[in-house]
Amino acid sequence: MSFRTYFDVPDADRSALGAQIAEQRRRVAARLAKVRRVVLVMSGKGGVGKSYLTAALARAIVGQTPSGVGVLDADLRSPTVARLLQASGPLSVRDDGVCPAVGVDGIKVMSTEFLLAEGKPLEWRGPTQERFVWRGSLEVGTLREFLSDVLWGELDVLLIDLPPGADGAVELGGLIPNLTGAVAVTIPSEESRASVGRTMGAAREAGIRLLGVIENMSGYRCDGCAATQPLFPGNAGVQLADEFHVELLGRLPFSLDGNLTAGLLGDAFMKVLA
Amino acid sequence: MKFLCIGCNQAMVFSERQEPGDGTFAAAFTCPQCGRAVALLANPMETQLVGALGVKIGGKVLDEAPMEFVRSKMMGRDDAFVDEGSVTDNGQRTTDNASSVRARWSVDAQARLDRVPAFVRGMVRKIYTDYALERRIAEITPAVMDQARAELGLEGM
Repeated sequence: MSFRTYFDVPDADRSALGAQIAEQRRRVAARLAKVRRVVLVMSGKGGVGKSYLTAALARAIVGQTPSGVGVLDADLRSPTVARLLQASGPLSVRDDGVCPAVGVDGIKVMSTEFLLAEGKPLEWRGPTQERFVWRGSLEVGTLREFLSDVLWGELDVLLIDLPPGADGAVELGGLIPNLTGAVAVTIPSEESRASVGRTMGAAREAGIRLLGVIENMSGYRCDGCAATQPLFPGNAGVQLADEFHVELLGRLPFSLDGNLTAGLLGDAFMKVLA
Repeated sequence: MKFLCIGCNQAMVFSERQEPGDGTFAAAFTCPQCGRAVALLANPMETQLVGALGVKIGGKVLDEAPMEFVRSKMMGRDDAFVDEGSVTDNGQRTTDNASSVRARWSVDAQARLDRVPAFVRGMVRKIYTDYALERRIAEITPAVMDQARAELGLEGM
């Protein structure tokens, strides 16, 4: 017995999976059409202060952006950027989308921080067996809706704070048609250089433009004597910038007053976007 | 997915879908020539795998509600969303200019809607309202909700 192929059988393709996925992508593109620059903030390593820097960067550039800045917290399981920007829910839902929360300096924010109950982890409905199989798809679907269904409006810059790891940049890079590029955040150590280097390599391989590197915690700034002392051994920021032929946008010392350094970083960032 | 009646060498025609519980998805197909009927039963993992793509199993019927994927898949806090155009005690939408052409909610249907978790309630209301609008149904009753559930596959809504 020989069967006909799927397309040989004259019956409607009821599920239209391909068309539905194409429609999802069209919605993302339509929503982001008014966003001039979409920038990923990434790091292969956790604990480098990426969310803190994303929030500081948003605040540093918002004065230079007539149409404003948005921040999408793509760290779905461990959201922090909303609190750093003093944004909170509930979120208003209109027929045409969900209004983002508005934080300090008028920065628009979307984060699972607004969706998850206090102290509860990110959990999904449905069968719990072998959940790891589809968890990645659920997270990508969530990020897709954060892009397509949030009423971002007109923005000069949308910063996307990625979770640690190389996957996020590659997955989101494929979803955002007008992605400007990515900024990598590292600390000075050799371990961080190796980890962030892998992420930058994966991003470049996926066709994502690398805009620059920020080295965070480049020493400890004493607020008393204003001297900067080393905090970690290493020179990862310079090494990564050399290796990938990108700009070192800033080396930020650890300081209780983050605003001291964020302003300079904002200028350097806007320069590479120009 | 298509079903072929081997005896007739005919494509079988979709006749019904159900989500009978525990995540099972059922779709029935009938041969237009001999009348033979078969049902496909997808297990919860298969259903979840396809659902995780954010696509409607069995095909898209209504336009997506805002954040429909997030609201139907994520376990979220009750006060996460404020749905503009919320329904008042008499069943009218408060901020929707088109409320005059939208369906009324019967008391029983509203009571049933109120039992839906708040995280998804506004979205569920919109889906039923759009369903009724598309079919020119004047009043949403529990029977209409059952009909919509069967047709759209609104498991747990």
